[in-house]
Amino acid sequence: MAVVFEKPKALADIHTHYCPGCTHGIIHRILCEVIDEMDIEGDSIGVCPVGCSVMAYDYFNCDMIEAPHGRAPAVATGVKRANPDKFVFTYQGDGDLAAIGTAETVHAATRGENIVVIFVNNTTYGMTGGQMAPTTIPGQITQTTPFGRDPQVQGYPIRVCEMLATLDGTALAQRVAVDSVPHIKEAKKAIRKAFENQKNKAGFSIVEVLSTCPTNWGLAPVDAIKRLQDEMIPYYPLGVYKDKTGEGKK
Amino acid sequence: MKGNEALAEAAIRAGCKCFFGYPITPQTEISAYMAKRMAKAGGVFLQAESEIAAINMVLGAASTGVRAMTSSSSPGVSLKAEGISYIAGSDLPCVIINVQRGGPGLGGIQPSQADYWQATRALGHGDFHILVYAPCSVQEMVDTITKAFDMADKYRMPAMILADGLLGQMMEPVSFPEISPEKVEKPWATTGHGNKRKHNIVNSLYLQPDVLQKSVVDRFKRYEDIKANHAEAECYLTDDADIVVTAYGATARVAKSAVNMAREVGIKAGLIRPITLWPFPKKQMIEATKNAKTVLCVEMSMGQMIDDVKLALECSKPVEFFGRTGGVIPKPVEVLEEIKKYGGVK
Repeated sequence: MAVVFEKPKALADIHTHYCPGCTHGIIHRILCEVIDEMDIEGDSIGVCPVGCSVMAYDYFNCDMIEAPHGRAPAVATGVKRANPDKFVFTYQGDGDLAAIGTAETVHAATRGENIVVIFVNNTTYGMTGGQMAPTTIPGQITQTTPFGRDPQVQGYPIRVCEMLATLDGTALAQRVAVDSVPHIKEAKKAIRKAFENQKNKAGFSIVEVLSTCPTNWGLAPVDAIKRLQDEMIPYYPLGVYKDKTGEGKK
Repeated sequence: MKGNEALAEAAIRAGCKCFFGYPITPQTEISAYMAKRMAKAGGVFLQAESEIAAINMVLGAASTGVRAMTSSSSPGVSLKAEGISYIAGSDLPCVIINVQRGGPGLGGIQPSQADYWQATRALGHGDFHILVYAPCSVQEMVDTITKAFDMADKYRMPAMILADGLLGQMMEPVSFPEISPEKVEKPWATTGHGNKRKHNIVNSLYLQPDVLQKSVVDRFKRYEDIKANHAEAECYLTDDADIVVTAYGATARVAKSAVNMAREVGIKAGLIRPITLWPFPKKQMIEATKNAKTVLCVEMSMGQMIDDVKLALECSKPVEFFGRTGGVIPKPVEVLEEIKKYGGVK
């Protein structure tokens, strides 16, 4: 019988702890497809810090490090500097990357640290039960913004790709989404490009993936996808914000 | 050679391949020296954006099996506590240098020993220990670095050199011995599995209480071995001593001068200098003080190591204290006065 569809080799064949309808699974899959296609599993080291993806070390078949909250870019820096010929990636959520780990993120980017950062933005702290994240949209109800995020009180969200695009060390800053087949294909292309950049020693590459959190948003999976499309994409426009290789389009 | 620079050179000779630092007085010369030398020695020097980033870069490099080090001074070491806890919980080896200055808070920049509790008790959350070495001279700092790396590798745990601003800033003659750092196999390292083995995971997360308990208990079994075999102290004139002074690091040298002065005026004084602070040299402390009527603990703090001295002696004899803090260095004559007061001629 012909095999027409299979799980990527780099993705472990086990049950995950992610909630039903969560898009982490899609992102894990396309990341692993890229690792398979480039045949770099044996040369890859992943760094997953605290958040929903903290146990990703069980899901990826490459060598994995679990990092402290927010510190993945620093840990990845240590790995990469000691092993410049290996592929090093981080997989971080919004609270991790844009709140507690802002300094590590910005400085890894501005150093042009030759790593790949997969940034999963679902506008909330999923693991701890849905608190306000640095990317929570104004008006969004979370456990710690029960009346909606009020910029006068809680301030404004951070648009990470736009911010990092201003830094000379950033090679690629691209925002994608996993709400539809065309977008998922685009997301995979962006991740591939980020890894190609690392291969070509181009510098820091970040792919921000707009993702859903049906559980903490209090929405059914399909409604969660709709929220991503109707509320998140307008606030966080998809696109290439920086591409040093000059191949991208805005 | 200046203490801080000697530490840096010794680390490179001990096989340190990655150094991640952040400027803070009085240890910045370590970074400056590494910046000059490390690349030529085939290693990595990187100035991190923070102490927190520096220790996490150490975590990353150590995960891949290379010898990695960071250094700081007291306020900066506090920031590293999170990372040190993760490194301990992930069973990774590394070396951390603390060139102590006065505290709390921003404190001052003069020598201090006020981080004893932090080093031996509280470098981060959770049940764990780190190895703590307290050299008392530039030469001993040089000699200790190799041992610290070897022990860290052997027992897969962080090792700290607990120095102070005096040792870091002083210049002394120093020789670098021919060393051959112990080669330790690191099959656990996350260097990429190369399609040759199952993937390695560096991790400190165990959500099942019994599994976490087992990992901690296993670690503490290793600690028992270290406590039994690797506690070190140096004794000086303790055999016949009526009063035994105990001090570590630079303070031990002040105390030694005071002991010599006491001997000159007919007081039978001795000195025991703990070289490892964790594990604390309990057996040596008991042995060195067995004939003494009084023990005098001298520190550049309000009294921290004295807790371990009392625990070691199980309060079997009086343990008196003399300390200076905030960057004030005790003088030999001051210590002599204390020796006279507690163990002197009646």
